[in-house]
Amino acid sequence: MKFTLSWLKRHLKTDATIEQVAEAMTLAGLEVEEIIDPAKALSAFTIAHVTSAEKHPDADKLQVCQVETVDGPKQIVCGAPNARAGIAVAYAPLGAFIPGLDFSLDKKPRKIRGVESSGMMCSGKELEMGDDHDGILELDPTDYPVGQAVSDAMGANDPVIDFEVTPNRPDWLGVNSIARDLAAVGLGELITPEITPVAGTFPCDQEIIIEDTDGCPAFVGRIIKGVKNGPSPQWLQDWLKSIGLRPISALVDITNFVTYDRARPLHFYDLNKIQGAMTVRRGQTENFDALDDNNYTATDADIVITDTSGILGLGGIVGGESTGVDENTTDILIEAAYFDPLTIRRSAKRLTVNSDAKYRFERGVDTGGLIEGAELATRLVLDICGGEASEIKIAGNIPAAPADVIFNTDLVKRLTGLELSDAEMETILTDLGFGVAKGDMWTITVPSFRRDAVAGADLVEEIARIHGFHNLEAVSLPPLPGRREPTATLTQNRTRLARRALALNGLNEAITWSFALKDHAEVFDGGQDTLGLDNPISNDLNWMRPSALIHLLLAGQRSANDGYPGAALFELGPIFRGTSPDEQSLSLAGIRRVEPVRNWAGAVEITALTAKADVITALNAMGANTDNLQTMDAIGSYWHPGRSASLRLGPKNALASFGELHPRVLKALGIEGRVVAFEISPDNLPAPRKKSASKAKPALALSELMPVHRDFAFIVAEDIRSGDILRAAKGADKQLISDVSLFDVYRGKGVEDGHKSLAIDVTLAPKAATLTDADIEAVSGKIIDKVMKAGGRLRG
Amino acid sequence: MPDKTSALPTDLETVRIRVLAEIEGAADVAALDDIRVAALGKKGEVSLMMRGLGKMSPDEKKIMGPALNGLKTSLNAAVETRKATLENAALDAALASETMDMSLPVGNPSGTLHPVSQVMEEMAAIFSDMGFSVAEGPDIEDDFHNFTALNFPPGHPARDMHDTFFLEDGEKVLRTHTSPVQIRTMINQKPPIRIIAPGRTYRSDSDQTHTPMFHQVEGLVIDKGIHMGHLKGVLMDFVSAFFETDVDVQFRPHHFPFTEPSAEMDVRYERDGAAIKIGQGEKWMEILGCGMVHPNVLRACGLDPDEYQGFAFGMGVDRLAMLKYGMPDLRDMFASDTRWLGHYGFNPLVQANLATGLS
Repeated sequence: MKFTLSWLKRHLKTDATIEQVAEAMTLAGLEVEEIIDPAKALSAFTIAHVTSAEKHPDADKLQVCQVETVDGPKQIVCGAPNARAGIAVAYAPLGAFIPGLDFSLDKKPRKIRGVESSGMMCSGKELEMGDDHDGILELDPTDYPVGQAVSDAMGANDPVIDFEVTPNRPDWLGVNSIARDLAAVGLGELITPEITPVAGTFPCDQEIIIEDTDGCPAFVGRIIKGVKNGPSPQWLQDWLKSIGLRPISALVDITNFVTYDRARPLHFYDLNKIQGAMTVRRGQTENFDALDDNNYTATDADIVITDTSGILGLGGIVGGESTGVDENTTDILIEAAYFDPLTIRRSAKRLTVNSDAKYRFERGVDTGGLIEGAELATRLVLDICGGEASEIKIAGNIPAAPADVIFNTDLVKRLTGLELSDAEMETILTDLGFGVAKGDMWTITVPSFRRDAVAGADLVEEIARIHGFHNLEAVSLPPLPGRREPTATLTQNRTRLARRALALNGLNEAITWSFALKDHAEVFDGGQDTLGLDNPISNDLNWMRPSALIHLLLAGQRSANDGYPGAALFELGPIFRGTSPDEQSLSLAGIRRVEPVRNWAGAVEITALTAKADVITALNAMGANTDNLQTMDAIGSYWHPGRSASLRLGPKNALASFGELHPRVLKALGIEGRVVAFEISPDNLPAPRKKSASKAKPALALSELMPVHRDFAFIVAEDIRSGDILRAAKGADKQLISDVSLFDVYRGKGVEDGHKSLAIDVTLAPKAATLTDADIEAVSGKIIDKVMKAGGRLRG
Repeated sequence: MPDKTSALPTDLETVRIRVLAEIEGAADVAALDDIRVAALGKKGEVSLMMRGLGKMSPDEKKIMGPALNGLKTSLNAAVETRKATLENAALDAALASETMDMSLPVGNPSGTLHPVSQVMEEMAAIFSDMGFSVAEGPDIEDDFHNFTALNFPPGHPARDMHDTFFLEDGEKVLRTHTSPVQIRTMINQKPPIRIIAPGRTYRSDSDQTHTPMFHQVEGLVIDKGIHMGHLKGVLMDFVSAFFETDVDVQFRPHHFPFTEPSAEMDVRYERDGAAIKIGQGEKWMEILGCGMVHPNVLRACGLDPDEYQGFAFGMGVDRLAMLKYGMPDLRDMFASDTRWLGHYGFNPLVQANLATGLS
């Protein structure tokens, strides 16, 4: 919403500068976005008189002018054809910044083809005050004395404020309401001119029928006959231009003026173009040409104003060509109606049409302003265009005034901590237009333009806002009683550690989009119909991701393309299987691009097991017991079939999958080379079992007895996982066997094809007595038994 | 102390001088051992002489006994000394060949943590100190939690300001703010409530200062007697702690459907070349929105506004990260350029906390 300082002063008596107005607005909740002060940009420029102009001795198109300026007589070389003696011009001194050219003049006089020139005479375009191309700005020196500010001379001294109107305050879309709030905060006195009704001299005989009483509860009409529509007066044109509106004709400009002055949209019909009775109803899939040069098709979702010929306009949104006013218009019908905000909003959204009227009606206009708006418009039309007004006709029923609010003033202190006197509170409310009847509980009458105020909290806001939030006393939050519990959850703490462990392993943490390209989601087993975005920001971010790997892979490839190979990235973020909250899970995923890295000692080779090491590092950091995890197939079709696996706590609870990604998946994403990756599900890690409230650790039981090591070599088929053999051996005697480790994997002579020999070191830790040979024999037998069941046999 | 060896009989003195010379001349530990055996071994020269003591008269014994023992002690000591010398020499010789080029590079694979997670941890540390827990909620929300319960009735123009992403099922949305976590918390938890809810949020907007995904932190305090002065106090305490400097703030009215009264908070700042200095200066920059929780929101969560009240606030994490740590462009946050992550990322060994500092 834009308005000018002089427009504000029509409603507010104040000496405040534009900066003071902006400051007061900001502190009252009217968020100023921009102050446009044309005088500031023009402050360097003053009126000067050209006393003589002679042709430049060395240039046909240049003139050497003697100019009487605020800085005394100056010689200025000028290329404009209209530079001549006897005119007043806009003089730019040396060093001035020329806004239309976006540069500053030299600080010292310069020579133009050998003739010294001090300053410049400007065109309107150079001052950003028009786009004349024919030469410099010229004025009559009798009206414009030397030294007068150009901004004053040109009337460009009315600063403009542009501010954000919050949806709760549609009344701020009228300058009168801005003035009311500023008067309440003490910036001046509210002097909005009274609207004096015009007595009609004949009945309004245009028939107006409202069929759609929900969409249009009331339609106030008035005829004015004998008007003359020409250009509007200069003051009106200046105000409209300064807020970015194009003056069109007096009648159109008057509707725009009332729209901005009182937040009251109006429509003027050319009465002689209306055929028969007017009916306000829903559309019936009819189309019409609107005044914004578009053709719209109105359906039963749209409120239309019609006559016997068809649609005259979309009610509250845009009028139609067929009954528009023009220079030949002599008789008009004024429409001041009320339209249902929600219907207007939906209708305008579907038809993608915007207008000042729609912007106001969808937020809710003042129901008390229908007749006032018609009266104000009548007065302006009669003053500017002449004519004779009919009586006012009201079709439908003007909506009732808002309900009173019963207000317990204690709420002010309860919600804000402010302690204000009754008088202070009453003054604020009455300044804002509320009626106050004091008592134990106050009865507050709500003005029709403040339908946002429906309960006590709304009035507290008004009181605190006008008193000033800057006057609220800041109080630190009192500590909660009792013992302080940790404020982070288990998963938050675990992932915090896992992220750090991964970073220490050399991976960089990234944060990538939660949405991806549908094709990419599909290769990662996603792309379910429900997870598509109806209105994606772009076509490559149109589906909720099933995996955090997608964008990490794409980012790694971008880095490689930029000349930085070997990206190692991880991310902690959400992944989606469906739209319900329990179908969203947390994923800790990472990639390492397998690129040949040159290194004096030979690169550390990145293999699928590097990803396993990352997983183990992260799981250990999260407090998982990684010794007892089962190695099973990876989860997801996007892993390399032979170089991937998952680590599980039991067959159904996978903590992580890892390995090399499937080459077909990489190709589908446009990834070159090989990539190893992992996906960890932190939420699948069970909470540690709490044995007691005590933080004390169990006593350390150290055996006096020496552990005994025994080595075994087992031959197993290639497809048997060494992890399964180790688990089998370890499970042979849980009391005695404290550790099993693999120390060699051998293939070749002595081992048949398709098999491998696994050499393992078993640690026996006796608890009660030194082991006898018989004890060791017994446990060895159990180990061999167990391993045989797992598919191994003792190497001979 | 008198020199005992000088009292040795002449023949013993001769042996002593000879064997000592041999010990001194031993070239290595093996040769030294041969000399020791020859003199002090079971059948060595000195041992044989000591065996002869038995045949001597008591007077001779009195002289020769101590003399022979003295000889043995002095030779043993000489052997030990020489042995240590020879061993040290051998070790030095061996070490002379054990060299490495210690200037060779070693691996240094440490990665970094993302600035957004760093800033979220900083916020958690500051608010934890004021008793706030960290709550979470889903990214895909329903209309009730994202809008209706937050007092955005269907068709409300404020919904338009959110540039909402809709899912194809026509029912769900990507949450446009972290405020739905307020609703989930108030429905599931009895007051007193003090939470912050950091997380991903989504709006259909993209330019230098907007990305379709970004991060917010929501704050919520519900209790009896919590008023707007507390809100102002908490936020002032927060910004000064977060920016690690005294920050001058401005609190001014605004409108949000889910708070009443509603406010925005600005911080003073000044530009220093391309950098922005927060805290002091001539200009104000808006950094967050806040207010007293709207009675309709409390009611939607089953709380009685006549009994409980409180405040909520929300702020952009990415933007606060940029202001504090100087990242110029929001879009870079989510581009995962390895050079950017290396430059703006954080040391994984550092954990933001109030005891050792935030960063």
